[in-house]
Amino acid sequence: MLAVSIFFTVLIFGAVFYFAIKYRRRSDDELPGGGHTGLALEVVWSVIPFGLTMIMFGWGASIFFKESVPPDDAMNIYVVGKQWMWKLQHQEGQREINELHIPINRPIRLTMTSEDVIHSFYVPDFRTKQDVVPGRYTTTWFTATKPGKYHLFCAEYCGTKHSGMIGWVYAMRPEDYQEWLAGSPTGSMADRGARLFDDLACANCHHADGSGRCPTLVGLFGSTVRLAGGGAVKADEAYIRESILNPPAKIVAGYQPLMPTFQGLVTEEGVVELIEYIKSLNAKPGLEQTGQPAVPGAGAGSQPGNQ
Amino acid sequence: MDSQIQQSHVHPSDLHQGEAHHLETLALREQFDTEAQQKDASTLGMWVFLITEVMFFGGMFLGYTLYRSNYADTWALASRSLNLPIGATNTCVLLFSSFTMAMAVRAGQLGKKKAVILFLILTMLFGLAFLGIKGYEWTQKFEEHHVPALANFHLEGTQLQGQAKLFFSFYFAMTGLHALHMVVGVGIVLFIIFQTMRNKYSPKYYTPIDIAGLYWHFVDVVWIFLFPLFYLIDRHP
Amino acid sequence: MATAAVLERETYLNASYGLKSWLLTKDHKRIAILYFITISIFFAIGGTFAGLIRLELLTPQADLVSSETYNKLFTMHGVIMVFFFLIPSIPATLGNFFLPIMIGARDLAFPRINLLSWYLLILGGVLAIYAMVAGGVDTGWTFYTPYSTSYANTYVIATALGIFVAGFSSILTGLNFVVTVHRMRAPGMTWFRMPLFVWAHYATSLIQILGTPVLAVTLVLILCERTLHIGIFDPALGGDPILFQHMFWFYSHPAVYIMVLPGMGVISEIVSTYSRKPVYGYAFVAFSSLAIAVVGFLVWGHHLYVSGQSLYAGLVFSFLSYFVAIPSAVKVFNWTATLYKGSISYDTPMLYAFGFIGLFTVGGLTGLFVASLGLDVHVTDTYFVIAHFHYVMVGGTIMAYLGGVHYWWPKMTGRMYPEHFARLSAVVVFIGFNLTFFPQFILGYQGMPRRYHVYPPEYQVLHVLSTAGATVLAVGYIMPLIYLIWSLKYGPVAGKNPWGATGLEWSIPSPPPTHNFDRIPVVMHEAYDYSAVPREVEVG
Repeated sequence: MLAVSIFFTVLIFGAVFYFAIKYRRRSDDELPGGGHTGLALEVVWSVIPFGLTMIMFGWGASIFFKESVPPDDAMNIYVVGKQWMWKLQHQEGQREINELHIPINRPIRLTMTSEDVIHSFYVPDFRTKQDVVPGRYTTTWFTATKPGKYHLFCAEYCGTKHSGMIGWVYAMRPEDYQEWLAGSPTGSMADRGARLFDDLACANCHHADGSGRCPTLVGLFGSTVRLAGGGAVKADEAYIRESILNPPAKIVAGYQPLMPTFQGLVTEEGVVELIEYIKSLNAKPGLEQTGQPAVPGAGAGSQPGNQ
Repeated sequence: MDSQIQQSHVHPSDLHQGEAHHLETLALREQFDTEAQQKDASTLGMWVFLITEVMFFGGMFLGYTLYRSNYADTWALASRSLNLPIGATNTCVLLFSSFTMAMAVRAGQLGKKKAVILFLILTMLFGLAFLGIKGYEWTQKFEEHHVPALANFHLEGTQLQGQAKLFFSFYFAMTGLHALHMVVGVGIVLFIIFQTMRNKYSPKYYTPIDIAGLYWHFVDVVWIFLFPLFYLIDRHP
Repeated sequence: MATAAVLERETYLNASYGLKSWLLTKDHKRIAILYFITISIFFAIGGTFAGLIRLELLTPQADLVSSETYNKLFTMHGVIMVFFFLIPSIPATLGNFFLPIMIGARDLAFPRINLLSWYLLILGGVLAIYAMVAGGVDTGWTFYTPYSTSYANTYVIATALGIFVAGFSSILTGLNFVVTVHRMRAPGMTWFRMPLFVWAHYATSLIQILGTPVLAVTLVLILCERTLHIGIFDPALGGDPILFQHMFWFYSHPAVYIMVLPGMGVISEIVSTYSRKPVYGYAFVAFSSLAIAVVGFLVWGHHLYVSGQSLYAGLVFSFLSYFVAIPSAVKVFNWTATLYKGSISYDTPMLYAFGFIGLFTVGGLTGLFVASLGLDVHVTDTYFVIAHFHYVMVGGTIMAYLGGVHYWWPKMTGRMYPEHFARLSAVVVFIGFNLTFFPQFILGYQGMPRRYHVYPPEYQVLHVLSTAGATVLAVGYIMPLIYLIWSLKYGPVAGKNPWGATGLEWSIPSPPPTHNFDRIPVVMHEAYDYSAVPREVEVG
């Protein structure tokens, strides 16, 4: 791109400079006469730039697409932005503020939300940037390849200390990363989520065998949920978050709108811990999936939760 | 494409700056060459202005459409709480007012001063009636606790009060904006009535009545869109 | 020195005296002068904010102002420059003055609405300045929600109201121009005989008419949300913050074409006059103005690539953003071709035009960078974007504005400015501009985010370079202020057509009489027909 830009810059600057000197006025009453317009020339210098821009478009678009779909084996990190700090949680339970330790050569998927205003998670060296929006999750992913310490910036103006909402990403060799992980045993996110699940009395309605008034959560994550009133939705992070904070928005087919909202009773960090807990239920051995019948097709993609 | 290909030889002394009243009339202002040109320009000007109004209201219609589709059930419930008979009555009132306005323009074309004034007064009365009925409707909403800005907001029949609040916000914002335009319209009609009484218009020059009519019809058309969108969709679930 | 003959002739300047005759004028030329003064004041205010910003950024730490103040500085710099300087600039000054004359009309279609436009800009400006003096606003000129509706505790409402009112100034100017071009062309002045300056303003007016009302309604919704706490844009109240971004940019992207198209119109005139050749590809340049106006409405989502907008929307917007670059490129090529085999003189306006062509090319090419989905992820919200839009807005529009002011100065004032000082300041502006903003491309690419009060020390060198450049640029802007005002009294008297240019404005006296033409002309020549221009060049 730089090459194309330099080419055209030099071309125009050069042409203007050259013509300005070569055709400078030599006498006061010089009259060059009109130039007739060449259609061919107009077409040529419209079509060729158009072709070049289409190449740029295609190239940029393909990079962008690749950046939007994380590999399945990506490590999940949850990010909550708030004025004016970054709060990050590893699945294994480590919590970090304004710092992120990651192993190199492993895809890292960030699931992010904001507690207040729009922020943006920006790591220049990773060519990564994604707005962090209140009320919904946004995601991005990257793979670090070189160990080192890299700037983390907030890149969406968010108030007084916007330029102070910065930190570091530490990319480490896998061995070093394991060592770092082991350094502070706090229980995994799923563990914390399980405790929250108890504290908030979710288990009173959501029984593992689906015998309560509410759907079971075993096997929920990633499945397709059929909704009352028709339609279906994929149970991803956004769906679960919405179901906790704004239950009436989507009622599962065959169930009553009984669930109260937990808005104000659980923080965004609590929500992601609950999500990790619910994800962990998929892997519980010995429990069969009961509750909702398998849902046919109708793959309405998950919509980011609007409250 | 050329509007008037006419030679206009204007002697400099005819254009004494600022005091050219003998040359400038209402029907032919200084900057125009012919009365037809002025009429064309004024009419085009009003149409262009109405296009800007379409874009202005359009932004809100866009927001309405998005939230209507996202929050369909709650919004349908909220829309059913609106008073359909009142809304329908108001629609008829406005349609009548457009009729009388069109009659006023026609009378202006024919130079019938008394008829112009009569029809304009009727138009104004219909407009005021619309505003009065809307005011009454709003006080009803106030009593039913459907005013989003107030702490006692509550819509029966749903847990999703936030979504319901949004419906009524759009309701008040859009009908309020419309009502504001009606008030301006009534003011314009009043002005035209006074001008007519002072014999400013004639079959040769009735452009202000014409473009006031355009504006009035536009405000009517906006209501024709607002009414079904707010009152009629999903009336019977 | 002024001669007695000039003093006796009636012009729009001496036709009547007194404040009232100016404040209640219907003459488009006087209204243009009122606008000149007004936007110069706004430019000075916005420029002062810029100066303070650059001073603060000399060091990585906060030493000049607090963070709260800094955030207000860049917000107010943006608000004033965009809404109170750039949007009105060329249309309300040069457009107002010359559009009627160029098509052979005595005035615009609606002179009193023209005056109303000016009063609306003043009222909007008063509201915005009140907000600034009372304590400032710190949301960024883009007012993203929910910060602006639910978190900021600064004067958002007053500022939004000020912009709202100023928006109507813009809408009414656009309305006036559209009707004037359609209905008030002189006999023989067909669409394709109009100067390209008029085409550019016509296209601009289309954008003003269609786009500004959407900004107006968006501001109304912001005001409602902020005062009544309803949730249109605030997710905590049930709203969608990205909806705000869509609505805001739906206007604000076409707005940048409101800012640049008139500048392109000026450049067409200047390049032609000082090459003594018709603009190459007249019809293509004319249609490209319209194309930019139309396609410009379809690309707003390129401001939302990393906002959380859908992937597929991003695809569409990126494609169209590349598409909209083509007509601009076509114009640059056509201007360059106009130079070919022309008879080129290096008068000040031409120097500004050369500057425009070069800087707009750089700015436009970097637009291709940010239009790319993949690349934009890295550079959006960084100094790269700041550099990009300053190249097109300042390196583009402001150069064109200065070029146009110099070009038509003899016509508007009857005086010539001092040529040597003027050429010098054009060069100073060019150098100062590049020194200020080129380092910012690098800063942004290296990761320096925008709207940052403090920054990591490794970025300091480039910031110092940029501030140094800003000092030079400031000098370059102050010079014309001084010598142009000086020329009003001491400049040599100018004749009708000092440049040997085509166009109806050069056939009437300098300064023009109130009613422009003694006889409404009947146009028989094509645009830019130099064979029809009298050979002698009058300089008093």
